[in-house]
Amino acid sequence: MAQAAVKAPPLKEYPVIPILAPGAMAASKPFAASEKMNEALGFPGKLPEDWKERALAKMDELLEKYRSFRVYLDACVHCGACTDKCHYFLGTGDPKNMPVARQDLLRKVYRRYFTFAGKWFPKLVGAEDLTEEVLEDWFKYFNQCSECRRCSVFCPYGIDTAEITMAAREIMNAVGMGQKYTNEIIGKVHKIGNNLGLPPRALADTLETLEEEIKEETGVDVKLPLDQKGAEVILITPSADFFAEPHVYSLIGYAKVFHAAGISWTLSSHASEAANFGIFIGSYEQMKKVAMRVREATLELGAKRLVVGECGHAWRVAYSFWNTLIGPFDFLDPRYPAPQHVCELTHDLLRRGAIRLDREKNDHRVVTFHDSCNVARGAGMGGVPGGQFTIPRDLIRASCNHFHDMAPETILESTYCCGGGGGLLSDEILDLRVKGALPRMEALKQVVDAHGVNFMAMICAICKAQFTKVVPYYEFDMSMVGGVHQLVGDAIRLGELH
Amino acid sequence: MLSALYACLFYAAAAVWLAGVGWRVLQYARVPAPLRIPTTPAPMTHAGAAARVAREVVLFESLFRSNKWIWLFGWMFHVALALVLVRHLRYFIEPVWGWVAFAQPFGVYAGFALVAGLAGLWARRFLVERIRYISTWSDHLMLALLLAIGLSGLAMKYVAHTDIVGLKEFVRGLIVFDWQPLPADPLLLIHLSLVLVLMVVFPASKLLHAPGVFFSPSRNQPDDSRERRHLAAWARD
Repeated sequence: MAQAAVKAPPLKEYPVIPILAPGAMAASKPFAASEKMNEALGFPGKLPEDWKERALAKMDELLEKYRSFRVYLDACVHCGACTDKCHYFLGTGDPKNMPVARQDLLRKVYRRYFTFAGKWFPKLVGAEDLTEEVLEDWFKYFNQCSECRRCSVFCPYGIDTAEITMAAREIMNAVGMGQKYTNEIIGKVHKIGNNLGLPPRALADTLETLEEEIKEETGVDVKLPLDQKGAEVILITPSADFFAEPHVYSLIGYAKVFHAAGISWTLSSHASEAANFGIFIGSYEQMKKVAMRVREATLELGAKRLVVGECGHAWRVAYSFWNTLIGPFDFLDPRYPAPQHVCELTHDLLRRGAIRLDREKNDHRVVTFHDSCNVARGAGMGGVPGGQFTIPRDLIRASCNHFHDMAPETILESTYCCGGGGGLLSDEILDLRVKGALPRMEALKQVVDAHGVNFMAMICAICKAQFTKVVPYYEFDMSMVGGVHQLVGDAIRLGELH
Repeated sequence: MLSALYACLFYAAAAVWLAGVGWRVLQYARVPAPLRIPTTPAPMTHAGAAARVAREVVLFESLFRSNKWIWLFGWMFHVALALVLVRHLRYFIEPVWGWVAFAQPFGVYAGFALVAGLAGLWARRFLVERIRYISTWSDHLMLALLLAIGLSGLAMKYVAHTDIVGLKEFVRGLIVFDWQPLPADPLLLIHLSLVLVLMVVFPASKLLHAPGVFFSPSRNQPDDSRERRHLAAWARD
């Protein structure tokens, strides 16, 4: 298997907008999904004879279904405000990674077939025929967008490249050009219940082992219940939490919080996955189908509170889409009528004094916080705008004595993607992932140098997996990557309660 | 003859503009937004979201955060254009409304700001590599068209005065379908012809950003997905 050389760009003292390097990432593309993977999701296995008609028909369908798609294709004026906002552009210099240029790959086809100007004066407005070369370009560059929405923050019309990328991926899937990583994983969720293909039995064993480990370390019987009917809370968490590092430390953190607060809770084997890769391929149908397991599991176990673990895009889907996709949630406790983030739950307990944290336990850590894109720009927390920024930071500040934010233009809603989101967390495109992490790494370097930061906390499973993989390329130690509930779990007082 | 030609052209251009933009706006309004996708943090209420859109339209808030140069030139151009348009109202109404008369002197100077803003925006298309890369012929031509409209307008004010009273009679005549002669001044004819082109091109061009900004889901949606379901008709089972 040929793998592109992975090369991290040098970290500069000040971020510099790169000089254009046309074609720099033209060789970067993910593996194509196999025929079986595509067909399992109801897509054609491979490029059909009549692919062009099908692709245009799909585009037409999406134009009728999504106002965002239609308005965003028309509204761009090529002002250039977004051109220096994408982490993949900043890391690679490839002009097709500028948000507007990425959109234009699709927009030029839209213009050609769906607008007066493009039909009659294609050269004038940059309209182009849909050819196999164009499709190939789509497969490359719409798989170099992590749907992080940073560009949409800065666009004067709020044009969200994520919406265009999702549409492009939908069109590609409609002509059998699925991407392996996303399509294989969605297939696994349907078949087994989680992204990692972890069967219920193995899950039960894993949880038992974790209980033993916690007991050994703390002497306390902290439980990680599975499929427990009648539990008050059902926790839906990314499956990486069950055994990947550092994810698992956050899972232990959640368990300790529930234990310390005396809340009965359970995980579900039917919905042993918070991730919902349906969003990455833009498929409403897949997103709904994947999410439906959560409703089923909650009803089956009779839980009254629905809580979501540390996972960025899962939280966007849960916060912004679940009510529409799988609601109404009229069966939940009226005091908690909507799905909650585990940070909201912990924050609430902390405020009420139901749990105690000893900051000194984390005195060996100097902490910073990486805002994950889907939480920052696609969701909320706490019922106030910006709660998704203050609540995790409150938890960190309550868990440790040393906290420093990174540069203001790299956090909150201006945060940079980790470089591995949006269905790109796949090793054949590691070079892209490493380069895409550049802006975050530059900001991290600043606080490492200035304050001796040695721990970057976050609330996203993809961010955690991506950073543990790529920070070594920038000469950081991967142990500095971890979850917010890892800090909470290390600081929480067990035993002497209330 | 000339007057009749221009009168017909103006009716045609107005019809194209109205039908074209109206059709687009209808489409934007008709196509559903099946999921809540405001760029967060977002206002939680419709009033808040409306205020957010208003700030985008009036102040170009996001653009200001994004790039101060583009904001400066872009905002200058648009505000100047608004003032110039207000000033032009005096050719359509009789008697001239008080606030239009008040805006008159500002409108005159705005003509220069308009040209300066356009020049700045156009310069960026040549000088900034990234923007050069994304610029199409239509991007350049649109700026050329607007600039030519601005310059021909200024020329009539500062270089060679046109028969403004005659023009007003022509315009007033158009409105009530009682055609009056159009002064055959070359500068004026150029100015009017370019405006005709702009009106016709509008619905088929990127000028659709003007209605589009009001329909952008990432800006005009409140963050209320927790409280409300938003099932689109096509998404119902």
